[in-house]
Amino acid sequence: MIASEQGDGPSYLQESTVRSWLGTLDHKRIGILYLFTITFFFAIGASAAAMMRIQLAYPAAGLVTSDAYNRLFTLHGVIMVWFFLIPSIPAVLGNFVLPLAIGARDVAFPRLNLASWYLFVGGGALALYSILVGGVDTGWTFYTPYSSTYSNGHVMAMAGGIFVAGFGSIATGINFIVTVHKLRAPGLTWFRLPLFVWSIYATSIILVLATPVLAITLTLMALERVAGVGIFDPRIGGDPLLFQHLFWFYSHPAVYIMILPGMGVISELVACFSKKAVFGYHAMAFSILSIAGLGFLVWGHHMFVTSQSVYAGVAFSFLSFLVAVPSAIKVFNWVATMHRGAIEFTTPFLYALGFIALFTIGGLTGIFLATLAVDVHLHDTFFVIAHFHYIMVGGGVMAYMGGIHYWWPKISGRMYPEAWGRVAAVTIFVGFNLTFFPQYILGYLGMPRRYWIYPEQFHTLNLVSSAGALVLAIGYILPLIYLPWSFFKGARAGTNPWGATGLEWLAASPPAEHNFRETPVVTRPAYDYPPL
Amino acid sequence: MKEPPIATFAGVSWLTAASEHAKHVDDVILGLVGTSVAVILFLGILTSVILVRYRSGSRAKRPPLSLATWKIETAWTLGTLAIFLYFFWRGAVLYLDAARPPPGAEVIDVTGRQWMWDTRYPDGTREFNALHLRLNTPVRLVLSSEDVIHSFFVPALRLKQDLIPGKLTTMWFDPDRTGTFSLYCAQYCGSAHASMIGKVTVLAPHEFDAWQRSAGARTGALALAPEARGRELFAKFGCARCHGGLNAAGPSLAGLYGTRVRLSDGTFALADDEYLHEAILHGRKVAGFAPVMPTYSGIIRDSDAADICTYIEAMKTAATP
Repeated sequence: MIASEQGDGPSYLQESTVRSWLGTLDHKRIGILYLFTITFFFAIGASAAAMMRIQLAYPAAGLVTSDAYNRLFTLHGVIMVWFFLIPSIPAVLGNFVLPLAIGARDVAFPRLNLASWYLFVGGGALALYSILVGGVDTGWTFYTPYSSTYSNGHVMAMAGGIFVAGFGSIATGINFIVTVHKLRAPGLTWFRLPLFVWSIYATSIILVLATPVLAITLTLMALERVAGVGIFDPRIGGDPLLFQHLFWFYSHPAVYIMILPGMGVISELVACFSKKAVFGYHAMAFSILSIAGLGFLVWGHHMFVTSQSVYAGVAFSFLSFLVAVPSAIKVFNWVATMHRGAIEFTTPFLYALGFIALFTIGGLTGIFLATLAVDVHLHDTFFVIAHFHYIMVGGGVMAYMGGIHYWWPKISGRMYPEAWGRVAAVTIFVGFNLTFFPQYILGYLGMPRRYWIYPEQFHTLNLVSSAGALVLAIGYILPLIYLPWSFFKGARAGTNPWGATGLEWLAASPPAEHNFRETPVVTRPAYDYPPL
Repeated sequence: MKEPPIATFAGVSWLTAASEHAKHVDDVILGLVGTSVAVILFLGILTSVILVRYRSGSRAKRPPLSLATWKIETAWTLGTLAIFLYFFWRGAVLYLDAARPPPGAEVIDVTGRQWMWDTRYPDGTREFNALHLRLNTPVRLVLSSEDVIHSFFVPALRLKQDLIPGKLTTMWFDPDRTGTFSLYCAQYCGSAHASMIGKVTVLAPHEFDAWQRSAGARTGALALAPEARGRELFAKFGCARCHGGLNAAGPSLAGLYGTRVRLSDGTFALADDEYLHEAILHGRKVAGFAPVMPTYSGIIRDSDAADICTYIEAMKTAATP
């Protein structure tokens, strides 16, 4: 199938000085740098979530004050969106796997790649600074005129951090686009690309097109806040809704930055552990591209109750239904891929099953929110919180966890403990549902978002949700223990422990610094598993 | 005062529907829940069967698929789209209905500020964090904000509308059930966002009249009705110098409300609250008039502009202000 030999030579992990890590140009090492950084940020964001769930366990719990609570949910949103979810699969798994998966020795611009990480860390440092000196209370959405005129928090440092990290995103996006265009192995045509590569490619396009709009929006907000230039505050001649249009023009596509790579990972997992080609490969590739494209046209569905024109509302609702179609198609295709396969219930596959279930629920409840009159009721309630956590955590984080376990043998050269892996996957699935499903009901009953105290009638469901968060936390702590353990003590993984297709499984585990001694030549389509 | 009957299940109080619209929204939600449950059951059972039957090492036969993939893809794409279009249609129709107030709906002004609701009735009655409504009588709320964005949310009505500073927004409803219902601010607005809550009370006609008499007696002497206040403000800011006289520099406002205005760029605009508010604060270029109207942005407050709008709306037949 592929006329090349496994690359040998010293593993990419061999050199161990701090200098060799912080100055590395190796895409795999940069992926590891991202892995550590975002795990750190995840821990911060998750701690904030834990404190919020403790506060909300009782109608007036008194763990924190209202101002502290407002800072917690802002911290949680900003950190989880920009410093964990957006870089999660693209920057960690994309960096590590993408060049290997297309038979390349590195990304197109290794120095730019390292610079991206430094921009990300610089932005993260600014965000941490703003948290340490007192935090921000605007919510991650920074709605004006609250953020530009009224808020007393350290808005500028936080926005500055997001602004700087955004340039890291743009650079990563450009790097991946050029890498996929120029560095594919001979014979690896576009329609032989694994769907993971397709999804990273589509995500990169969104990163490059959408992130500048965020930078512009935050700059305008800063201009108004610092210099009093009237852009969003009506008292000085601005329009507060302009901010929302600009913000969601970035932030809706950003939702797809967080979920498209997950769809790519899940396609790899389902194919590998069913030992069967992905059903409807072309439909899957095109649905990734159409989600990326249509994702730019639906921002107005965040604004159905803001007094934007009702006819604009109708158009945005219609487009939101359209973007849901390719997402539904992908679910059907994953199930069809398992049909007549040879299914192995490994940890990554359990995460894939969890993803499909949670993404289906998240997608279906997205339909509720696309339905105009229903959104008017559910908008800005806990229903919306539940919906996007099903997509971003139930989808994005499950896919990230699945991907980390799937490629762990390649990353570390070792196997993680399978039994503990399964226990953690099931714990996360149960804990997640227990935490977030009650929030759908709370939202329908009318509990608004961002309430640090709430009326008595919402208590029971909030208590269930807080209990679920405890289970979820245990599920997340387990891999933090057994993955580092397995890095040193796990059983040695062979080159291809899963019997997977994909060029990354031809490289050694862990790969040599230059991945392949000879560039592989591809003659077959992706997922070319032997007939069962 | 009668509490609304609330069904309680497993410690959770269920939500009342206090208008025809709320019941229609519930119908659509029920349809969505039913469809979702059906889809989840179908996929769940199908996947479970596949997982067991085709587990690695099972003896199930695995012949290649005989049907063309593109046919299957087309079938489930179109099927999904058809179901989606149905819900799109249901939601859009209800949404557009909720944007069209019936003629003659009573107007109540609601101003939001950090962190309270300020309600003013046509007769001048004013109250805070409360809204009293007459059963089966459509009302239109004219909403304004004095600081940041707030959102007027009454779950029992399944309705929510943002209050945007610098702009008037409206919502309408026709409550068909007596009782007291929760009012929340749904748009995060700062420290006491969670305390910006109130009560919407729907009263039977005779109870409402009694309430109005007592409430009117309480605050009527202190506050003017919005229309009367609007008349005073209209005089105070000298609006009549240009609007209404014979040598008027600006268009006459009598009978303007609800008509279509031809603008100097050839387009038309509907003279509703939003249009008038914009015109008061920033001026509009109306065909046939020089653009000489000064800006009142920062001079006239949003809640004052709302009162002036109410006054202009009432000038339907008056010849001169």
